Amino acid sequence: MSTTHDGAQDTTKPAAQLNDAQHASKSAAAIDRARAQGRAALIGYLPAGYPSVEATIAAGIALAENGADLIEIGIPYSDPVMDGQVIQAATTEALANGFHVRQVFDVVRGITSKTDAAVLVMTYWNPVVRMGVDEFSRRLAEAGGAGLITPDLIPDEAAEWMAASDRYGLDRVFLVAPSSSPERMKRTVEASRGFVYAVSIMGVTGARTSVSSAAKDVVAAAHAAGAERVCVGLGVSNAGHVREIAEYADGVIVGTALVAAIRDGGVDAVASLTKDLSTGLTREEA
Amino acid sequence: MVRLMVNAPAAGSDESAVDAFLQGDRPQEHLTQGEPSLRHAPGPYFGNYGGRWMPESLIAALDELEDTFEKAKADPEFTAQIADLNKNYSGRPSLLTEAKRFAEHAGGVRVFLKREDLNHTGSHKINNVLGQALLAKRMGKTRVIAETGAGQHGVASATAAALLGLECVVYMGAEDCRRQSLNVARMELLGATVIPVTSGSQTLKDAINEALRDWVANVGNTHYLLGTAAGAHPFPAMVRYFHEVIGEEARAQILDQTGRLPDAVCACIGGGSNAIGIFHGFLDDPSVKIYGFEAGGEGVETGRHAATITLGKPGVLHGARSYLMQDDDGQTIESHSISAGLDYPGVGPEHSYLADIGRVSYEPITDSEAMEAFRLLCRTEGIIPAIESAHALAGAMKVGQRLAAEVAAAGGAAGEISEKIVLVNLSGRGDKDVATAAEWFDLLDKDSPEAEIAKEGEQL
Repeated sequence: MSTTHDGAQDTTKPAAQLNDAQHASKSAAAIDRARAQGRAALIGYLPAGYPSVEATIAAGIALAENGADLIEIGIPYSDPVMDGQVIQAATTEALANGFHVRQVFDVVRGITSKTDAAVLVMTYWNPVVRMGVDEFSRRLAEAGGAGLITPDLIPDEAAEWMAASDRYGLDRVFLVAPSSSPERMKRTVEASRGFVYAVSIMGVTGARTSVSSAAKDVVAAAHAAGAERVCVGLGVSNAGHVREIAEYADGVIVGTALVAAIRDGGVDAVASLTKDLSTGLTREEA
Repeated sequence: MVRLMVNAPAAGSDESAVDAFLQGDRPQEHLTQGEPSLRHAPGPYFGNYGGRWMPESLIAALDELEDTFEKAKADPEFTAQIADLNKNYSGRPSLLTEAKRFAEHAGGVRVFLKREDLNHTGSHKINNVLGQALLAKRMGKTRVIAETGAGQHGVASATAAALLGLECVVYMGAEDCRRQSLNVARMELLGATVIPVTSGSQTLKDAINEALRDWVANVGNTHYLLGTAAGAHPFPAMVRYFHEVIGEEARAQILDQTGRLPDAVCACIGGGSNAIGIFHGFLDDPSVKIYGFEAGGEGVETGRHAATITLGKPGVLHGARSYLMQDDDGQTIESHSISAGLDYPGVGPEHSYLADIGRVSYEPITDSEAMEAFRLLCRTEGIIPAIESAHALAGAMKVGQRLAAEVAAAGGAAGEISEKIVLVNLSGRGDKDVATAAEWFDLLDKDSPEAEIAKEGEQL
């Protein structure tokens, strides 16, 4: 990490942004491109290897071509404590079909070689530990990946990942929740790079009929703690939800609805749902 | 009591303290500052293990629990409540029973059993659930959730919830529910709701996953009453705290009955709560060798086992860094054991640490070895042990035989062998295991309904 900050730099800028500048965060750049267009960024989630590695790559490209600015590729894991039934079923099937963790790099490369979307990997921490944090980071960077979203890794336990992500210029997206104390919010925002993932509700992934009112408060708290970019996920499933969240957040994350789409209608269904979701991105009073 | 303090020139000098430690005779109260004690390790880390590998959503609840626990420990009212419940509800102190006829199968050393099987609900589990349920009340929570494999911790949790007027929901793998339908009925009799878990492998680890999902969504009014000394901080240190009474009682009882400390302490290890409870009393007694016996299942070479420390690699699962049964991708491997209570692919982080520093030796015991020890204890002592505890008994037989061989190799007399002492934590009673054991020993009439139940692995 550079130690020669320009003394004239705007000191009100949070540390996260200084990091962004140093590492040319791919996630931040993608969100900023959307912002320049007067809209929120759309982030779509797909589990790697569901129903196949090839299908995940094709669906990722379809996401990017139909309005997604960032793509989250999930690593199927045996014990996904933050996932609801739809994503659990998909990742269980991917594992049963013989998915291997190293294939996530094929998925990332397959998408980044065909699109300019920022591609992040969302993973529970043990698969990274098993491969080795440095090895995993190096391979992700080589595949063109933007960084990691880590649902069960908090900054308190992330020393190894902080060092590796600095070494390879990767974004580290930590989660903040309605239950996060102001102190934890600040620490998590400072540890994050690219964006901060605001959990909209106390619960696990899955489509819900409405967006929790807690989401707006979490985003406000993260912004107040110095976050430049805050994206909202959990329970976001249609263009109406996207529109509501785009009013106050920098990005909107959709997962379960896209997984259900690929399950029920394949890549074409992912493309049409993405197109529909993206209609909600533009802020009415941009 | 044999005390080797005869020549201590100046009690309290560094040299004499070190000598006393090396000679294995250092009472806890003589610990001075700066000397390494392994007792009362506070967490969150035990060496490289432990910590909080948990979603951010749950960190506030863990902080609240830690804070409540720390305050409670320092509150005489809380410790008095625990002491009262232990004495007048659970039936503590549990007995220490010398197993003279069983000892003949353990090389001829003396064997003592710490009788956690005599506690209310039939195992050590009650120590932890009463403590955590009281903490739940202190936090103003009205609902507790728990995971269970065979049903022992579920039954204990339902018991504590009934006693203290809390709503109780127990997550149990659908496969386990089917195999343990009578334990499901026990929990329901006690007023709990049992939710079968159909995700993943439908066993204990998936029940924990589902309990964590419930906790994330309901953390405002719900306490997760985790059943073993694993999970995110403060659970490992807190669960140990509530089980430390086992080791404290056992240490005092063995000194009272034999005048000295045991040569070895043995316990079975699943997540490791009964073991850490009894080990804790002896961690700072260097003369006492400590053994944890993991479930070797059908044999560690078969891959069908639950010998996490013996064959696992460090990883993170269910909130802690610890040894873990996992494949090359870091996916959790399903464990196998005849004992549902040991059938878990993880282990408490303090055990991983004690293994790494060499203070405790961990070894696998196969299903067959455990069932032979089970049979022996029934026939020689009139005590039907839990199959979990039978792993500790089988280990104690090996340890006793080794101690006898060591004495013989050193040219010692037979009388020296019978002075050796092995202490075993008999963590639970075997009433629940009667059908499994009857099937194992082929005691059932082929056409009986019981034989049908036993084929399913029912543990009554």
